Amino acid sequence: MELKSKIPSGPLEQKWDSHRFNMKLVNPANKRKYHVIVVGSGLAGASAAATMSELGYKVSCFVYHDSPRRAHSIAAQGGINAAKNYQNDGDSVKRLFYDTIKGGDFRAREANVYRLAQVSVNIIDQCVAQGVPFAREYGGLLTNRSFGGAQVSRTFYARGQTGQQLLLGAYQALEKQIGKGAITMHTLTEMLDVILVDGVARGIVARDLRTGTITSHLADAVVLATGGYGNVFFLSTNAKQSNVTASWRAYKRGAAFANPCFTQIHPTCIPQAGDHQSKLTLMSESLRNDGRCWAPVKKGDTRNPRDIPESERDYVLERKYPSFGNLAPRDIASRAAKEVCDEGRGVGETGLGVYLDFADSIKRVGEKAIGERYGNLFEMYQRITDEDPYQQPMRIYPAVHYTMGGTWVDYNLMSTIPGLHVLGEANFSDHGANRLGASALMQGLADGYFVIPVTIGDYLAQAKLPTVTLDHPEVRAAEVAAGARMKRLVDIKGKRSVDSFHRDLGKIMWDKCGMARNTASLTTAMGEIGALKEEFWRNVSVPGSDADLNQALEKANRVADFMELGELMCRDALEREESCGGHFRTEYQTPDGEALRNDDQYAHVAAWQYNGESAAPTRLVEPLTFENVQLSQRSYK
Amino acid sequence: MHFTLKVWRQASPSSAGRLETYQAKDVPSDASFLEMIDIVNGHLEEDGKEPIAFAHDCREGICGSCSMMIDGVAHGPVKGAATCQVHMRTFTDGQEITVEPWRSVAFPVLKDLITDRSALDRIIQKGGYISAPTGGARDANEILVAKQDSDSAMDAAACIGCGACVAACPNGSASLFTGAKIAHLGRLPQGQPERYKRVEAMVAQMDAEHFGHCTLYGECQEACPKQISIDVITRMNRDYIVATATKAPEMAGHGSD
Repeated sequence: MELKSKIPSGPLEQKWDSHRFNMKLVNPANKRKYHVIVVGSGLAGASAAATMSELGYKVSCFVYHDSPRRAHSIAAQGGINAAKNYQNDGDSVKRLFYDTIKGGDFRAREANVYRLAQVSVNIIDQCVAQGVPFAREYGGLLTNRSFGGAQVSRTFYARGQTGQQLLLGAYQALEKQIGKGAITMHTLTEMLDVILVDGVARGIVARDLRTGTITSHLADAVVLATGGYGNVFFLSTNAKQSNVTASWRAYKRGAAFANPCFTQIHPTCIPQAGDHQSKLTLMSESLRNDGRCWAPVKKGDTRNPRDIPESERDYVLERKYPSFGNLAPRDIASRAAKEVCDEGRGVGETGLGVYLDFADSIKRVGEKAIGERYGNLFEMYQRITDEDPYQQPMRIYPAVHYTMGGTWVDYNLMSTIPGLHVLGEANFSDHGANRLGASALMQGLADGYFVIPVTIGDYLAQAKLPTVTLDHPEVRAAEVAAGARMKRLVDIKGKRSVDSFHRDLGKIMWDKCGMARNTASLTTAMGEIGALKEEFWRNVSVPGSDADLNQALEKANRVADFMELGELMCRDALEREESCGGHFRTEYQTPDGEALRNDDQYAHVAAWQYNGESAAPTRLVEPLTFENVQLSQRSYK
Repeated sequence: MHFTLKVWRQASPSSAGRLETYQAKDVPSDASFLEMIDIVNGHLEEDGKEPIAFAHDCREGICGSCSMMIDGVAHGPVKGAATCQVHMRTFTDGQEITVEPWRSVAFPVLKDLITDRSALDRIIQKGGYISAPTGGARDANEILVAKQDSDSAMDAAACIGCGACVAACPNGSASLFTGAKIAHLGRLPQGQPERYKRVEAMVAQMDAEHFGHCTLYGECQEACPKQISIDVITRMNRDYIVATATKAPEMAGHGSD
């Protein structure tokens, strides 16, 4: 298989425009003849489904939630970037493009990132038109805040609930189309497989979570917007149900999976309290606008933080990265926290934490102003930890938050399976080896509102699709296989709960394929996952029936896929013999401990092709060419 | 900590339910309410018994999935918190706790503690949006919105759609939910063209879904995890009266749809 990125020719600034002109169109009267399936209803899925429906396509949307509004995009806190330059601080499309490419440690495609920066301005316009209540100045204009990896203020926000408000905007547009009968919505329905007919994606197999009934759904194109795979670590900031199953089944049907080892560890999360913990909670990066990260200079200093004098505090990010300070990118800030804790200078009962201190800001602007900016986050922190961040510094520690890797897609967002398109966090396209804060919302909405509605037309106008019916042998085979797998899981009747396996998997991944990795840890991890997988299929307990609402079965089905993904992540991390962004191989670092890239050998995307259960996957390579930026060692000093 | 739980178990929408007793042992005080149920479920699964089904996802109070009546109170004893944000340190060691699903005609039980809240989506379908098809929006800063209007729209827009307001209301009314969306959109200039058509259609759908009428008990705002004020209901009622009494939709020259 060859990876054809289909990047349009011509100057960077004109690629998207000329591509739009060159694409084939579907005339308005013909659009209603085409049926598109969208899986997922987060920012990417809801905006794609609503927009394609507005254009006239027949759309069906599938979610495992009871309402499309509950998709995990809802939990994004801090904001969304756009190159509006409303602050007159020197921002431009080119600067957002450059910051994003550099932030991703030069492992993303120039053309995709430039397009993202271009449409970022349209996203803000669209969202305001829908009634998204972004924060404003007294004069009525929109206001901005700063996020990591940028020296301009380009982040738009709605208190600490930006993801919620953006998703509600897309959800409301979606519901409007559902109300008109233009979209068929399938809630509490989980995709189990992609249906391929003659090698082309023509539908999905899905399970009704209320009844366990498995059915096939056919269409002219399939769009996956099913989010990231951070829950492979068990503990992450992702919602509990977020999973890789849709992407993984696509992988097993032939969609190459790109850069699985690129995972983002977010620096500011509430530290884990104990083994009972089911997930980690993010404290928005926006807090680093006003909070200062520090750790005691002395090892094992257990004094109350307020009693530690200035001279005995190490403001670690300000010391190491004076020009970006507390707003250093996520991968860099996370590693700095880990380093401090590895040296024995971590705080809190577990020693796995550093302080994020607001005392200086409160002194400067007052408690009220800080409350207006972060009130809900402070409240959330206090509720979980029983500590008041107005009075004492927050304790924070890195946690898995986002996955830059995902299904490989070309410039049109189509995977290596013709007809199967992938959007948002589920694809690999725009963030390289590290995503900058406030860029996930931007990418999800760019893909959904502005890219796929155009590129899907080009695909449909040219695809010559034969009529397929539900009794087609390939459809029947996919449906039967999906049912058999569910039956197999309930029939194991072992002794261990699904969560106990998931926790074990998470621990392996965090310890050996987390913030730092090396040949030894990755090799060990692959062996351990293999053994865990073997035990899972022999000893997992999934009580109840497959023909019923069965949450243990839903989890088991997803965890089985996470185990296979975990192996691939380790394999990918092992083969990428360099450090870049969130992928930090201890063997490859500069003398002062920064990521050491190897551009000669690894300035490429690695995408894995599935070769069956018993064979190793093939590592495909898409070279990355940089014509508009100079590859350099990232410096935030 | 140790707790005795009485939990509503119901196999399917049509079958009869009952309260079953479970012991939750060795629960850390830092555990959330849902993590306490996780612990109980872990033991049930090891014994080959069906775990307690409950809706949950983000576990940080924003997705609106979790939905438990804890000792008869929607989302339990912590004010301004969803079930997932209630921690066991709030309870007394050894306490007996009763856990039930939302109770409302409009929210049928699917299984155990999970109810069908799709009626709320159908209310939104009728008008809980601003018609702005993708493309063609003018520059965002061309629409000036006074900060106080934007802030008060955001106060209402904070609704997470959990349905606690309905569960807490003696009448089973969805007025806080519906009023919150009407207030969010109606407080913004972008929401004006469809303002009166919106309120008429959403209120009609509320009735069609068998939600009860609002008689201003105020239980909803007490239960609301986002502490949305019943002022939004007053606003909804006012807009509704204007809409029905004056045929305002035509006068306002409402939107394109």
